[in-house]
Amino acid sequence: MTTAVPAMPGLTLASIGQGFWRLLPLSMFVVVFGLAYGLAAVQTGLSPVQIVFMSFAVFAGTAQFAALELWGNQIPVFPLLVTTFAINARLLLMGASLYPWLKQVPAGQRYGSLLVMSDANWAMTLNDCQQGKPNLGMLVGGGVAIWVTWMGGTLLGMTFGNLIANPALFGLDMVMGCFMLSMVFGGRKSLRIVVVWCVAALTGWLAYIYLPENTHVVVGAVGGGLVGLFWLDQQPAKPQEASES
Amino acid sequence: MMATDGINGLMVILLMAAVTLITRFGGVLVMSVVPINPRVESFINAMSGSVLIAILVPVAVEGDVAARMALLATAGVMLALRRPMPAIAAGIAVAAGWRYLM
Repeated sequence: MTTAVPAMPGLTLASIGQGFWRLLPLSMFVVVFGLAYGLAAVQTGLSPVQIVFMSFAVFAGTAQFAALELWGNQIPVFPLLVTTFAINARLLLMGASLYPWLKQVPAGQRYGSLLVMSDANWAMTLNDCQQGKPNLGMLVGGGVAIWVTWMGGTLLGMTFGNLIANPALFGLDMVMGCFMLSMVFGGRKSLRIVVVWCVAALTGWLAYIYLPENTHVVVGAVGGGLVGLFWLDQQPAKPQEASES
Repeated sequence: MMATDGINGLMVILLMAAVTLITRFGGVLVMSVVPINPRVESFINAMSGSVLIAILVPVAVEGDVAARMALLATAGVMLALRRPMPAIAAGIAVAAGWRYLM
């Protein structure tokens, strides 16, 4: 990150349009994930307004699925927020990786474009930047493409979800679990990562048995995180996340 | 604990959105003050996978056989093809198939 950085041009409508059309084909996969979320949210018992508002305002699929896992007539707010933070903590790193380029544009554009930062448009933007073709329109336009398809998928899933009487019969109660597991297994794998997973599973399971309800998520997250804190990756981390590719 | 009916649920979602926004802005904000060191980066990376594992533990331990088979299928396809879509589809198909046949 200390090498000379090509200048990042300011945001233009044309560049946003380019970013939008570049990511739109890939965003079709997002429709399917949105559909899965809408379906799961209906099963969980959220109201239509709540389901749409969550996709609209949170716009983070994995965290939304996790919220459904905790959702009931009552919800433990603190565990929910810690879980949301832990799942979305990767966005911290993603934002930080774009900092050398984002610092060149006015604060309004910098933070405005971060509003729609998601895995796929971030990955493409960073790739462009590292190849010497920094383009903020990719982040914004791509983000808009993902947001629109995410909302569309959510609406589809909601409609569809109300039509299915017994989702478990079709295995649809497993949408959430399978989605989350695929996100875990999508990243890079090494002995270190496997140890992290095992510690997370073990501490989470022990907390699930012995500690108060809903603490297992936080305990497992911190347990696995601590392994990472003391066991550093040898290779420098590559900008690669599980994205819909 | 907080109720999730109507407007209360929307408040909960608003709080979630606020936390998510902090993570979207946070990386750039922090970097403008002090660079994130490799140890913190490693902690965050390990934590974001761990939280998903921790959520899945009760599903895997207490779910029915079909649920466990579904997770196994997802893991297997994901390791083989490295693509989420077929992995999730396989999981759902296995759960549905298992419940139909067993």
